[in-house]
Amino acid sequence: MAAQDTSPAPEEVAAPTMAPHGTDYAAIAMRRERRNNLALVSPALLILVVGASGPLVVMLIYSFLAAGDYGGVVWEFSTQGWFQVFLQRDMFDDTIGFADAHLSIFWRSLSLAFITTVLCVIFGFPTAYFIATRPPEQRSLWLFLVTIPFWTNLLIRTYAIMEVIRNEGLVNTALMKAGLISQPIQMLYTDFAIMLGMTYVYLPLMVLPLYASMEKLDFRLVEASYDLYASRMNTLRRIILPLVKPGLIAGSILVFVPCLGAYVTPRVLGGGKRLMLGNLIELQFGQGRNWPLGAALSITLLLIVMVALLIYVRNASRQGGAHG
Amino acid sequence: MAEARRIRPFAVRHLPGFPTMALICFVCLYAPIITLVMFSFNESMSMSQWGGFSWRWYVAAWENERVQQASLLSLIVATCASLIATTVATAAALGTTRTRRYRGLTGIYVLINQPLMVPEIVTGVALLIVFAMVKVWTGYTGIGYLILAHTAFCIPFAYLPIRARLESMDATLEAAAADLYATPWMAFRRVTLPLLWPGILAGGMLAFVISLDDVVITEFVKSGGQDTLPTYMLSQIRRIVTPEMNAISTVFLAISIALVTIFFLLSRGKKQ
Repeated sequence: MAAQDTSPAPEEVAAPTMAPHGTDYAAIAMRRERRNNLALVSPALLILVVGASGPLVVMLIYSFLAAGDYGGVVWEFSTQGWFQVFLQRDMFDDTIGFADAHLSIFWRSLSLAFITTVLCVIFGFPTAYFIATRPPEQRSLWLFLVTIPFWTNLLIRTYAIMEVIRNEGLVNTALMKAGLISQPIQMLYTDFAIMLGMTYVYLPLMVLPLYASMEKLDFRLVEASYDLYASRMNTLRRIILPLVKPGLIAGSILVFVPCLGAYVTPRVLGGGKRLMLGNLIELQFGQGRNWPLGAALSITLLLIVMVALLIYVRNASRQGGAHG
Repeated sequence: MAEARRIRPFAVRHLPGFPTMALICFVCLYAPIITLVMFSFNESMSMSQWGGFSWRWYVAAWENERVQQASLLSLIVATCASLIATTVATAAALGTTRTRRYRGLTGIYVLINQPLMVPEIVTGVALLIVFAMVKVWTGYTGIGYLILAHTAFCIPFAYLPIRARLESMDATLEAAAADLYATPWMAFRRVTLPLLWPGILAGGMLAFVISLDDVVITEFVKSGGQDTLPTYMLSQIRRIVTPEMNAISTVFLAISIALVTIFFLLSRGKKQ
């Protein structure tokens, strides 16, 4: 009984050391550190809020305003911008129908982004696997070779593709000289050109995360699979693919997201007729003179991208660490 | 030969067709760029017929007044933006690493990385809206808008290498400096900063390249007559193109590749 009384609970021991009126140096140090940290971070945050995040909020407000006659907005509440994203009012009988033009551009953007992602997997997977199975001292050189095009100007790479596939370009000239075709194939200014260009431009974004997860691949598992008489195809499908799935998902999203918001590639290779979402948005601020619709379309694009990135983040955190 | 083939051990890592596919991939990655560079030295106007070596298009580009102006503006904007971005990113990295987790830290990360997540076209349009308003209020139409926009999207690119460097740094060295009666400023200037320097250089270089390369945001933010080299090229691409464009591109490529190579060497030094 006595022993129980003299041994206080742990909480009671802690209590007297916290001097209620004295100075708590630890707390002061912590506050000072916090103040220092905020002072250090604030210039960057200020620039980011003024030059990146704040404008997004203003754009959200703009999407709920009425369009001005010559561009800009009239400061009165209107849901016209959002209404026009998917719907349109018939010019003659006021019936409401789907905005086919916009829907087809949404559809083109989504399908082109999807096909590009698939193409990037088809080309990127063997490439990443190839790099991951090189001797370690060679790997960084191969990786560097993949990264170099990625850091060079996107416009220049798009222009390079344009020069190769145009009617007077290298591919058509070579095919005509070989006698395979008598007239140049029109490749430029088609959906094919956009797809080819985007695959070319965004391929490194697929290879890098794929490589990151293949590098960690335990080849003893692959060996075990062969020991158990699995064919190469079965090993690829049942062992390697499941193990590198996080990298595959990460790469797919990293390719899909910029494809969806692509602006330069469809403008240059699509020739202004084959629009994607980015070009539709630009149109509203140029000839379309419908800023609220442009703002609403931008936010729609942003939302789709955010959903994709959310999947990416959850995928990465489930695997216990970010990839790529 | 057949004998040797039979006794070769089973290649566990090999998948049939993959190396071929990979090599095709590498060829496809570089072939268009190499073609572009090659035809910049072409004597004739053609983009498919080789007419002999010449510097003609480089001379033409060099003497083109609009190219001169655009290059100058590109350099000014990229220099200002990368300097400011690197400075504030260094401060931000010091304020977010090697510290106790504090409230709002996640929010700060989100803000800093936000330009990486939002599609460029969306940022471009949003900036167009805001700057159009500001232009009406203040009447200012200078290059300040371009520098501000570029600085903002350069910050994450400068921040990430600096932060990586900071996290791998030995904190006891600064503690030692403090033990030896260095003031916090002295410890920072004589210990932290020299150790951090490769990271800062790498971040600045990356920011410079990113700013130099930007097309989309610049296209929306620029006022009339303010063309950077990429937006000038974008406006010219739609017309009949001459190899002059290839010459500009080649110089541009050379600069980017040189900077990126230095960046890689700098960030590789970190691991050793």
